Amino acid sequence: MKNIRNFCIIAHIDHGKSTLADRLLDFTGSVTEREKQEQLLDSMDLERERGITIKSHAIQMDYEYEGEQYILNLIDTPGHVDFSYEVSRSIAACEGALLIVDAAQSIQAQTISNLYLALENDLEIIPVLNKVDLPSANPEEVTDDIVDLLGCDPSEVIHASGKTGFGVENILQAIIERVPAPEGDPDAPLQALIFDSVYNTFRGVETYFRVFNGEIKKGQKIKFVATGKEYFADEVGTLKLNQVVKSSVKTGDVGYLITGIKTAKEVKVGDTITDFANPTTNIVEGFEDVKPMVFAGIYPVDTEDYEELRNSMEKLQLNDASLVFQPESSAALGFGFRCGFLGMLHMEIIQERLEREFDMTVITTVPNVSYHAYTNKNPDDAFIVNNPSDLPDPSTVNRVEEPYIKATIITKSDFVGNVMSLCIEKRGMITNQTYLTTERVELTFDMPLAEIVFDFYDRLKTVSKGYASFDYSPIGMRVSKLVRLDVLLNGQPVDALSALIHADNAHTIGKKMCEKLKELIPRQQFDIPIQAAIGAKIISRETVKALRKDVTAKCYGGDISRKRKLLEKQKKGKKRMRQVGNVEIPQQAFMAVLKLND
Amino acid sequence: MSGIYIHIPFCKQACHYCDFHFSTSLGKKEEMIGAIEKELKLRKAELLTKVETIYFGGGTPSILKGEEINAIIDTVYSEYEVIDDPEITLEANPDDLDLETIKVLAGSRVNRLSIGIQSFLEADLKLMNRAHNAKEAKDCLDQAKKYFDNISIDLIYGIPNMTNEQWQENLDVAIALNIPHISSYALTVEPKTALHSFIEKGVIDPVDDEAAQQHFNMLIDTMEEKGYEHYETSNFAKPGYFSKNNSAYWQNKPYLGVGPSAHSFDREQRSWNINNNAKYIKALAKDELPIERERLSAIDRYNEYVMTGLRTIWGVSLSKVEKEYGQRFRDYLLKQSKRYVDEHLLYIDDDKLMTSKNGRFLSDGIAADLFMVDFAK
Repeated sequence: MKNIRNFCIIAHIDHGKSTLADRLLDFTGSVTEREKQEQLLDSMDLERERGITIKSHAIQMDYEYEGEQYILNLIDTPGHVDFSYEVSRSIAACEGALLIVDAAQSIQAQTISNLYLALENDLEIIPVLNKVDLPSANPEEVTDDIVDLLGCDPSEVIHASGKTGFGVENILQAIIERVPAPEGDPDAPLQALIFDSVYNTFRGVETYFRVFNGEIKKGQKIKFVATGKEYFADEVGTLKLNQVVKSSVKTGDVGYLITGIKTAKEVKVGDTITDFANPTTNIVEGFEDVKPMVFAGIYPVDTEDYEELRNSMEKLQLNDASLVFQPESSAALGFGFRCGFLGMLHMEIIQERLEREFDMTVITTVPNVSYHAYTNKNPDDAFIVNNPSDLPDPSTVNRVEEPYIKATIITKSDFVGNVMSLCIEKRGMITNQTYLTTERVELTFDMPLAEIVFDFYDRLKTVSKGYASFDYSPIGMRVSKLVRLDVLLNGQPVDALSALIHADNAHTIGKKMCEKLKELIPRQQFDIPIQAAIGAKIISRETVKALRKDVTAKCYGGDISRKRKLLEKQKKGKKRMRQVGNVEIPQQAFMAVLKLND
Repeated sequence: MSGIYIHIPFCKQACHYCDFHFSTSLGKKEEMIGAIEKELKLRKAELLTKVETIYFGGGTPSILKGEEINAIIDTVYSEYEVIDDPEITLEANPDDLDLETIKVLAGSRVNRLSIGIQSFLEADLKLMNRAHNAKEAKDCLDQAKKYFDNISIDLIYGIPNMTNEQWQENLDVAIALNIPHISSYALTVEPKTALHSFIEKGVIDPVDDEAAQQHFNMLIDTMEEKGYEHYETSNFAKPGYFSKNNSAYWQNKPYLGVGPSAHSFDREQRSWNINNNAKYIKALAKDELPIERERLSAIDRYNEYVMTGLRTIWGVSLSKVEKEYGQRFRDYLLKQSKRYVDEHLLYIDDDKLMTSKNGRFLSDGIAADLFMVDFAK
């Protein structure tokens, strides 16, 4: 046990986490030349393409240092706020963390909140200044930032470059020397933390865990504490680039478990694994049932594909337990599903995976958060509204509550004014403003979560010229003056375009919504009136003018082939359109409310 | 039947709206004619049936001298089997058609003139950078009518700032001259044309679709009233004066196109020559055909049939769709067309799916919707 080191990496997106991880694997000989590829740990195509980590990954490296053989378990974590719970569980599985900071960009909000998580879990932090080879690197100033933040000695900050491999040996040395070896009682009853799971079509769910006490043996009867389910450990092992089957995984080590579980829902990240016959009394703290934050309808473009969509969603849920869904029907779109997501990125990922992995073309409706409505009849019982259409008639509603968050934004002092006015426009209340350095400011706001969903990230990026990072955590429900904004196309209400918004913003948003839809809905053979309404009152109106002319003047021998291809392309463009009544609505229109300021 | 299209890629000057293939440099004219005759010889095996139509298009074929045109026609006659009474059309510009030329042409095998009048109004002709003026337009038609019975003229509508009255005046002049065939086009602003750039820069007002639609309706009404048949989106003719050559394009008949940029069709594949005069001449000098080919799948052919059928008086025959492509295509066609039938943009007349008067100006989008498309591709 004294030669095991468990560590994770804390970094902001683009600060070079995955590349540096690749270098560590390289240097320790954990990958052969043939196995090498960029972002080795990010196994999904989607992760590689977007340069982000969605799932947690673990990999074991062997490394000889001063004549002794060490086992280094790296637990790679997602870098996006949507997955902060997974990050917190990965952190709980480690004794140390590499804090990777881009030498040009310095520390970002996401990094700080994960760093605090690591500190709360008593992790040993090894600060790494990455990308020191960049011409724009500013190592002195960024080192000062790190020293300010950690209260460490400047000499503890390791300079590195994931690109060139510079500093990698120093990092490995620091992991061994500074990160404490795991502690735990090999003879105590089994106590292991589940930090992730992966679905494998052939082997069922593979559970990733960290053993705190006792050991987990092949064939052992075990129990998952939170779910109360019992299994036999059909196979256990450690995680090299490929899995290595072992007879047992011992105290302090990280490994995988196969029990024949067929659905990811049964394996809850944060749950404790223990022995069935001799259970631990000491469950790993911090377990939470992950709750979805954002809801949206997912509908097949072709109504006939509903059953196929259901099958696809069920399969997707097998390997993404955080996806929840239930059938719903929309007057405009027919049968589909109301889905809950961890956040907007998660929503995008699900949509993209449905298309890539299951070849489904879907329409995603306007996303919303989960509201609590109280009726005059039952003013104490919350009625949960996950779909704007479910909001009871306004005259019967006593009050509506919406989820609030604590938003933390770190930006350059030049942009404080811009960021502040954006947050206030988004109904934020500033609660704190701290100068981290003379240049960098941390702002804290209480804000409605719904405002983050609607068009916040992009605008934050714009108003700060990219120099702002953002993180949030939920702080409960608060009463708000909310109304439902409905949209009518060609006189017909399209429920999938409804949104709950603050009454004070209703007119502005209604107007912008109509303008945006006018831009997005293609001209058709007839005029299409677009109206925004609150209840029976129309608050805004636009018209998509009918197409007057849509025919090529000349179509002779040389034109036919070219014209056919052009029209075929046009037809393919309609793949993403959903016909509601006789109006064809493109997919982007359903997201229009999110992009009102573009 | 088969048709032969001969592309003459030269013009005196560039019209502002034109995106066809042409060159204003006439230096290579002799060599070009030689190359075209060579191509006619090299490709004679491609036409399996007798030649019924020959069509000189461009560019500006009237830029050729009478003897040059005759030489090309002679090559066709010597290399191909031609029916007794073929339709032989020459596209001509008014400024080339002086009395002398008309007489020479009348003495040749050419029996149909397609004259690029475009407008009888001075301002329109200037805006489009045509080489002739309004008077020349009328004069040349007066002369041509004396020697040719089968005459077609082109008229353009939807020109920026063209009033309904001006358009009606154009139509009235054409009718008064008793021209049996009129091709009338909505002015289309093609990318990479002078017109496009003038509109971008604000020198010329943009084209107004609503005005164009009004002009189109005036055109249909006037033509119908005067006894012309609207046999294709942009083509109107007195009975017996349909363009046989062009009708072949819309009726799936084979044709051979020679000259740079010319297209050919043998009912299974489409092919097209390189659209570069120098490279075309160079290739033919080496007895090579500078050609690209594309084989049409059943879906491609169905889509082309729908696209062209909806433009014509012949419509899309449901029984033909079923016979050539199968029940599945027929069912799909009916399913897709239902909403347009409900909206009175299409109608079904016995076996034929046709565009209504309102649908005719929107037929591209409608056709696209009736297309069969493999979304996975």
